[in-house]
Amino acid sequence: MLGRSGASRGGPGSGHEPGLTVYTADLHVHTALSPCAEPEMTPVDIVRVSIERGLDIVAVTDHNSGRNVRAVAACAEGKGVTVWPGMEVQTREEVHLVVLTEGLAELEEWERFIRAHLPSRPNRPEVFGEQSLFDEQGRVCGVEGQLLLTSVDLGVDQVLREARRRGHICYPAHIDRPAFSYVSNLGLVPPAEDFEVVELSWRARPEEVKARHPSLEGRTLIVASDAHRLAELGLARSFLVLREPSLDEFRAAIVGRDGRKVVSGF
Amino acid sequence: MRVGEIVEVLGLEVTAGAGGLGREVKSGYTGDLLSDVMAHARPGDLWITIQGHQNVVAVAVLTEVAGVVICGGVEPERDTLERADREGVPVLRTGLSAFEVAGRLYSLLKGKRDAG
Repeated sequence: MLGRSGASRGGPGSGHEPGLTVYTADLHVHTALSPCAEPEMTPVDIVRVSIERGLDIVAVTDHNSGRNVRAVAACAEGKGVTVWPGMEVQTREEVHLVVLTEGLAELEEWERFIRAHLPSRPNRPEVFGEQSLFDEQGRVCGVEGQLLLTSVDLGVDQVLREARRRGHICYPAHIDRPAFSYVSNLGLVPPAEDFEVVELSWRARPEEVKARHPSLEGRTLIVASDAHRLAELGLARSFLVLREPSLDEFRAAIVGRDGRKVVSGF
Repeated sequence: MRVGEIVEVLGLEVTAGAGGLGREVKSGYTGDLLSDVMAHARPGDLWITIQGHQNVVAVAVLTEVAGVVICGGVEPERDTLERADREGVPVLRTGLSAFEVAGRLYSLLKGKRDAG
């Protein structure tokens, strides 16, 4: 767990057991490290806008990299926003998977694994956009030279297996979208034994998606913004009923253990 | 033309589903977005792709394509091969690009007709 949360109580999902709190979460947020994100996605402004929009938990999920998570976590220190370390991995099938890790050390290990499978090709900022790195004071301290917006040479199933082996949480991103989604690229809704949780974009209505894909019934749906600019941050959010904003608690919420749960909302 | 004949002419490697080599190929479809293939491939097509995920077999069964050619030297995953053997869907592999395979297949299936 990074940072301390100021946890908003009540709201959707209230009537929960004592000791549990509703955390408002946006679990898919890019920084200016993602070439397709706006340069305004700096750690300082991500934290500021997250607070303004009432977010308690923000997962930082840049494309194939976690190198700005430490900076965002440092900028959130003592501000009441918890930062979850994460990454949006692009698989060989061009499927985007969100991977969340327990802490920064685990993310750095994961980064080494992913980096070893990322094709070595320089970024061309004029084509793809700049990939900015920030320090713990939130200042630009460099650029990532290797192109991040590409596929690693691992299939969905390999990434999932490795993430699970390391104890990370891994689920398919924005499955309602026509590009970079499990459903569009691999044709079918992923089996429940692989993914008990899937993510929907802000464009989706969870009930409509469930009606279209009955095999999603009973699974946990995370709604997240996939913010590439500040205006999108917190545009879609999920409410997590947890004892504390930790990944262990989130795991319990995904399967609905001991009153922990996820309420998708907007 | 049968799948087995196309394997011979194009020099494809049969990685799984040899039981289906006698199937008749009427036409072809090229695509890597499985949702698109599901919507547009027709029975009897030979499907040309660079995807090696096991869902390729599910989509092949669903669309009743004659077989799948995995191009560009991509290695189909083990699950894909096991499933293809179970379903009898020929999964053929080649180092040729999808462009090359599609061009050659087109000549084989339609070249004569167009020339005539």
